[in-house]
Amino acid sequence: MVGLATVFGAGGGTSSYAEIEDTDVIVLWGSNAREAHPIFFHHVLKGVRNGAKLFVVDPRRSASAQWADLWLGNHVGTDIALSHTIAREIIHAGLANSAFIERATTGFEEYRAAVEEWTLDRGAAVTGVPAEAIREIAHAYAKADRGQLCWTLGITEHHNGVDNVLSLINLALLCGHVGRHGAGLNPLRGQNNVQGGGDMGAIPNRLAGFQDILDPEVRQRFGSAWGVTIQDHYGWHLTQMFQAMERGDLHAVYVIGENPAQSEADKEHAVHLLAGLDHLVVQDIFLTKTAELADVVLPGSASWCESEGTVTNSERRVQRCRKALDPPEGARDDIQIILEICRRLGHEWGYGSDPLEVAERVWNEVRSLSPMHAGMSYARLEALQGIQWPCPHEDSLEPSYLHGRLWADDPADRGRLAPFSPVADDPPVEATSDEFPLRLTTGRRLDSYNTGVQSGGFDSPLRWGETIDVSPEDALRLGLADGEWVQVSSPRGTVNAPVRIDRMLRPGLVFMTFHFPEQVDTNVLTIDATDPKSGTAEFKAAAVRIDKLPDEPAGVPPIESIGEVAGAAAGG
Amino acid sequence: MDLKLSSHTPTTAEIEAIDTVMGVADSSWYGADRAADDHHLARSGQLRDQRHRLLPVLHAVNDRVGWISRGAINHIATRLDVAPAEIYGVATFYGLFSTTERSTRQVHVCIDLACRIAGATVPAGAHESPCLGLCERAPAVLLIEAGDQPRHSVLAPATPVQVRSLLDGGTAPTESPADAATPQVTGDRDSLVLLRRVGLVDPTSLHSYRSQGGYAALRRAIEMGPAGVIREMLDSGIMGRGGAAFPAGRKWDAVARQPARPHYIVCNADESEPGTFKDRVIMEGDPFALVESMTIAAYATGCERGWIYLRGEYPRARQRLIGAIEQATAHGLLGDDVMGAGFSFHLEVFLGAGAYICGEETAIFNSIEGFRGEPRNKPPYPVEVGLFGKPTVVNNVETLVNVLPIVLGGGQAYAQTGTSGSTGTKLFCVSGAVARPGVFELEFGATLRQVIDAAGGMRAGSELHSVLLGGAAGSFAVPTELDVPLTFEDLRAANLSLGSGVVMVLDQHVDLAAFVHRIAAFFADESCGQCVPCRVGTVRQQEVLARLDRDGPGAVADRDLLADIGAVLRDASICGFGHSAHGAIESAITKLGVFS
Repeated sequence: MVGLATVFGAGGGTSSYAEIEDTDVIVLWGSNAREAHPIFFHHVLKGVRNGAKLFVVDPRRSASAQWADLWLGNHVGTDIALSHTIAREIIHAGLANSAFIERATTGFEEYRAAVEEWTLDRGAAVTGVPAEAIREIAHAYAKADRGQLCWTLGITEHHNGVDNVLSLINLALLCGHVGRHGAGLNPLRGQNNVQGGGDMGAIPNRLAGFQDILDPEVRQRFGSAWGVTIQDHYGWHLTQMFQAMERGDLHAVYVIGENPAQSEADKEHAVHLLAGLDHLVVQDIFLTKTAELADVVLPGSASWCESEGTVTNSERRVQRCRKALDPPEGARDDIQIILEICRRLGHEWGYGSDPLEVAERVWNEVRSLSPMHAGMSYARLEALQGIQWPCPHEDSLEPSYLHGRLWADDPADRGRLAPFSPVADDPPVEATSDEFPLRLTTGRRLDSYNTGVQSGGFDSPLRWGETIDVSPEDALRLGLADGEWVQVSSPRGTVNAPVRIDRMLRPGLVFMTFHFPEQVDTNVLTIDATDPKSGTAEFKAAAVRIDKLPDEPAGVPPIESIGEVAGAAAGG
Repeated sequence: MDLKLSSHTPTTAEIEAIDTVMGVADSSWYGADRAADDHHLARSGQLRDQRHRLLPVLHAVNDRVGWISRGAINHIATRLDVAPAEIYGVATFYGLFSTTERSTRQVHVCIDLACRIAGATVPAGAHESPCLGLCERAPAVLLIEAGDQPRHSVLAPATPVQVRSLLDGGTAPTESPADAATPQVTGDRDSLVLLRRVGLVDPTSLHSYRSQGGYAALRRAIEMGPAGVIREMLDSGIMGRGGAAFPAGRKWDAVARQPARPHYIVCNADESEPGTFKDRVIMEGDPFALVESMTIAAYATGCERGWIYLRGEYPRARQRLIGAIEQATAHGLLGDDVMGAGFSFHLEVFLGAGAYICGEETAIFNSIEGFRGEPRNKPPYPVEVGLFGKPTVVNNVETLVNVLPIVLGGGQAYAQTGTSGSTGTKLFCVSGAVARPGVFELEFGATLRQVIDAAGGMRAGSELHSVLLGGAAGSFAVPTELDVPLTFEDLRAANLSLGSGVVMVLDQHVDLAAFVHRIAAFFADESCGQCVPCRVGTVRQQEVLARLDRDGPGAVADRDLLADIGAVLRDASICGFGHSAHGAIESAITKLGVFS
């Protein structure tokens, strides 16, 4: 979001789902959408069926990559190197969209200079991807009438995640693949409402409607509506909060719907800090590990079935969410909990008591303060089955894509031009070494969700618990068998995990999820080097070693499905 | 796609067999050893359009090792990027494939109508087979020897001793020549049009075919131009010979006019209607005639690719057609510039694998595309949305070879033969209790009596009991109907049908109840299972017949139920298979009094 906001002034994906079906080239970069965004991937598959070429950039030959016309398996953390190499090839092949660059961008010359050293040969040497394949994706993306670039955490969960995003945006600017139907830039969002959370101001630098807190006009508007003075500086993001805890500057924390005790990199440290707070309040629908540390637990209701309100999906579509069930006894709607806390603190906000009435009043307040939501009345959201932002007026709809302004003939209509970002290649903080020779990257699987709090409660035939996935070559070299428990160590800690041999990995690359923290605490291994711009940690790149255990831990049953799945990988 | 495979691995023989169709894998992602580039690169898009190779690959494995193992399915999945469950679904659809281990030597003994009359028995170790299309020399056996050099051969008539010898490792003696099935060719050939060359030409020689007037029709067609050919087809009034009797010229005209490209042509050579063998005789005895006819059809309708969908039980027809296509290609009569006339036509034989339903025109499309051979809903019709979703001409072998006399003599002259509603000549497949069974060509309008007379009349010691007309999907005619002219219109009026031209003559020795049971069993076995009326109805029909047989004629409720089942099959099934699954049985009950 930070990258897109920096370049375009708005932090949302620029295209709609339907446009993915109506495009010529789709690039999934650092995204295993097949497993992590399966609904979005259906749109990708429709696009492929309609004739689009699919490219997947991912160190692993992921489930998504297996659908691709071309999979480019770069080394972990070489995304900028790859994108710069692609850019140089596009420029040298005369395929850059000069009309768009002149009309809508700034800083092209600096960018051209920055990528000039990234010849195909150098790019191939750094990324591991054969030069011919880099050339192929460069030409395909640049020549496409419509191109889509989509990414996820494989891009952002790095210490330089924002730079990674900026390097991808550069490619779209270079080819003019933004601001048109079917051409765009799309970060895929991990939760049904993660877009909505940011849009509503649940980030430390923006108010509702993605309005910058540093803008005095914005502060004044919100301040007068609420009768308070809004602070004139950014707040802390999650990583900074933990740093503040460590410094002793942060004593009390109110957590709503997060489980940092298990989802943070270097989690033992996180638990230590949370436990040391003066006061911890957790509001959640589950008694999470974080909630177990809390002084006060506030049971919330499930937003998707026990609450009235709205959610906003990855294509910026605000949709009504309706209450179908009463929450279990003792649990309350998040809004009700917040209103009640306010009341006891002496503030009667007066939104009423009927859940639907409260929800609509809160929403109308959003509309009165956020221009991009102004045209979305509940009645209209219902009639149109959701509306994409921006929607400033009740009597009209904007195009399904963002930033069409950049193509305007009249310079006055183009607004702020989009700057190229001559970012520098910056390898992962932790290089592999003789002591820790393997590159660990982490990710998700189809049927589990983050730390498993929400998904662990149901059975899945595809779930085989946590494993340390290794290439057949490494398994052979280290003498590892499928299902064998081994010790995995990083400079931060050690866990035991069963081996799963997966030929979708190359030698030197190992993979784990963090879905089963009770079984294997993966985030003991990951590094908490974070991107200063976004606060996201480098979950995707740690250095580890694997050691055989003298004796396998007793009482751990063999994982039955491992043989089948690993065989799957070995088949053919 | 992201395949989920079991742990079963293929054998070397299976991999080699698959490679014969797919070529040797060039990447570890599709079956080769892992190379350095594979760590950073994979091209899966190239596999996205390979599913049509599924049936040829399954044939290759089945022919090589005799059956299709889980390991083979996994490897096919990897090579074709198709889920193993899909492959399993297709492999188990077809009767000639097995997904359980079996001997490399398979003896398929025909148990269908003509062979049943001829006293076929199935010894232990042999497979029961539906009609093998060798009815003129029943009882028949198909021998498949899987291996490095797979061999397919037929033996008919086959004595029980001979069948046992095949099971024990013996080989089938050389087959009698194709023209042994066309007794007319020993007499005056002048009355013959479609069979004229059978026995006269060497079916393995293009030069022999040309010396008998071959490829004159193609030259004439090119002179006329595509529109001219279609005009002659329309003028000829020719009706399709596959059973549905649709005007072939209109079909061609409709495809030629479709703006969508490319256009395709498919020859329906999945001749599986019990009692039918006419197309086999043409393909074995005059294969170039079919190739030339399809080339003309493709020229007229704008098709650049064609398929002959041949049933898997016709080894000699396959061999002859492949030979004919090779020679025609070598002589510029197929390929990129046919006859130097600037049009392109590529033709291939696509082998079925033992599924009667694949004679349904849209089931053929699914089969060629690598799916279970289940018929599609119509509309849209094949002329608009056919093979691979493109406008497609589908014609029966016999329909197609009529193109030659139509083009050479003109549509109007052709229309002078036969009757106004049924123009031209017709091939009849005469089997059963006649003196000279075989394929007979008579002008439309000939009566059933004349057809039987042409076949030498009743066999010595036999008296005419009834005639199964049109095959299992047809109906029974009784002796009083012998003088009905065998035309589409007269038979329709008499509530009979010509179907594919089956004339199976039954005598006083026939066990009619057993015969009718076999018809019911045939439909229950061959139903593709896609639609409920047919999947369930054909089984219920079989069960009711068994009860009627057991309980005797008193079971009125069961007879009413049977009529109900027949009505549902006719009204509610998706395709012609279900529509016709009750006709012969109904006529046996009402006209022949079986079970009463």
